[in-house]
Amino acid sequence: MSIKWFKYSSPQSFFPLAGKLALWFGALALVACGVGLYIGFFVAPTDAQQGEAYRIIFIHVPAAWMSMFLYLVMAFWAGLGLAFNTRLSGMMASAIAPTGALFTFLALWTGSLWGKPTWGTWWVWDARLTSELILLFLYFGFMALQAAIDDPRRADKAGAVLALVGVVNIPIIYFSVKWWNTLHQGASVSLTQAPTMAATMLTGMVVMAFGFWFYSIAAALMRARCIMLERERASEWVADYGRGSA
Amino acid sequence: MLAALRCVIHRDLLLAARRSSDVLTVLLFFVIVVSLFPLGVGPDPALLRTIAPGVIWVAALLASMLALQRMFASDHADGTLEQMLLGATPLGMTVAAKVFAHWVISGLPLVLISPVLALQFDLPQELLGVLALSLALGTPVLSLIGAIGAALTLGLRGGGALLSLLVLPLYVPVLIIGAGAAEAAASSLGGQAQLLLLGGLLVFAAAFAPWAAAVALRISVE
Repeated sequence: MSIKWFKYSSPQSFFPLAGKLALWFGALALVACGVGLYIGFFVAPTDAQQGEAYRIIFIHVPAAWMSMFLYLVMAFWAGLGLAFNTRLSGMMASAIAPTGALFTFLALWTGSLWGKPTWGTWWVWDARLTSELILLFLYFGFMALQAAIDDPRRADKAGAVLALVGVVNIPIIYFSVKWWNTLHQGASVSLTQAPTMAATMLTGMVVMAFGFWFYSIAAALMRARCIMLERERASEWVADYGRGSA
Repeated sequence: MLAALRCVIHRDLLLAARRSSDVLTVLLFFVIVVSLFPLGVGPDPALLRTIAPGVIWVAALLASMLALQRMFASDHADGTLEQMLLGATPLGMTVAAKVFAHWVISGLPLVLISPVLALQFDLPQELLGVLALSLALGTPVLSLIGAIGAALTLGLRGGGALLSLLVLPLYVPVLIIGAGAAEAAASSLGGQAQLLLLGGLLVFAAAFAPWAAAVALRISVE
């Protein structure tokens, strides 16, 4: 039996599937975030050293994970689109970018909110903070490049080249920043020094990470649906869809 | 193929020589930006000595950024670029030749003038060589990475600002390592590690960037 791998690589057949998947993953995201936040706020014990302020990690750490992971996913789809010239891959890449930028910003913002009571400063030029900031710039560059190109096919391909160059650069950026920082100031502040975590804290964080993951899938699929409608607006099936829902 | 490369390099250099004001603009921009910093942060020699490598490197970054847009724009406008795309020479090689010529025009002058600017910042004389060497290794990397950005933004509206948004984050490692070389040399650590890393980056970029820029050019022109 041959599996029809490419059935869902056409926007027409993927569109309804994306709608269903987005609904399900959206619901899962709500449940997981609800459970995760409940564990974070009510079940997890107060930290002996950091007090209540540590509870921001339930947002912060999953957001930071997602921000990096989503860039890889985005580059994967972009590369796939560049290699096989598939329409949908480019749409997925541009659908993921805003969510990735959102999580990067969220990680930076919550990190700075956490830094003020804990480190006594909103911002330090720590290696992780700096590379996260540069990651945000990379997302912005990707989105700005796509926004500046009118022809969607060229936008997809140009964005793909940029995303792939960015992926090659991310490890170089991370290590150069890390090295630069250790050269200048000792590791006065380090995220890795945190005391070993209570099991409930870890559970809360992992549940939240799944929640963010499901949210990313749902948001990216919803956005991909909009992009599909916009780009395929001349086609028959979009016209049918428009008539059906009107 | 080498003849074709020589031809591209010769042509670009000749064009630059005929319009030498373009070259001078970038150089003057570099000098002015560097000279602005003492006015902004105050003339304290100790402070200036500390920030000198960083300031000169950031200014070199911006200056090379400024020159990037011209790398392919005029060839694109008069149709030469399309002939290059159609030509028998592999596009990556042509791009490499163009990047080299671009570096000779926009990067090399900065390298040569940097010791003079460093003297303005009272940088010790034994560091001048390290600084110039780090720039000599680093500015070609800037041109190589920049070529990708220049190819991607070819013919787009708002090209200049967009180009900086794309390229500046990718410049970060070069900036950190390049400015670190002179600083490490100042603190008796010796800048050798940084210079070797810069050399490594240069080899890496020289191998891959022309190829990526060629892909980007084909996307932009098709």
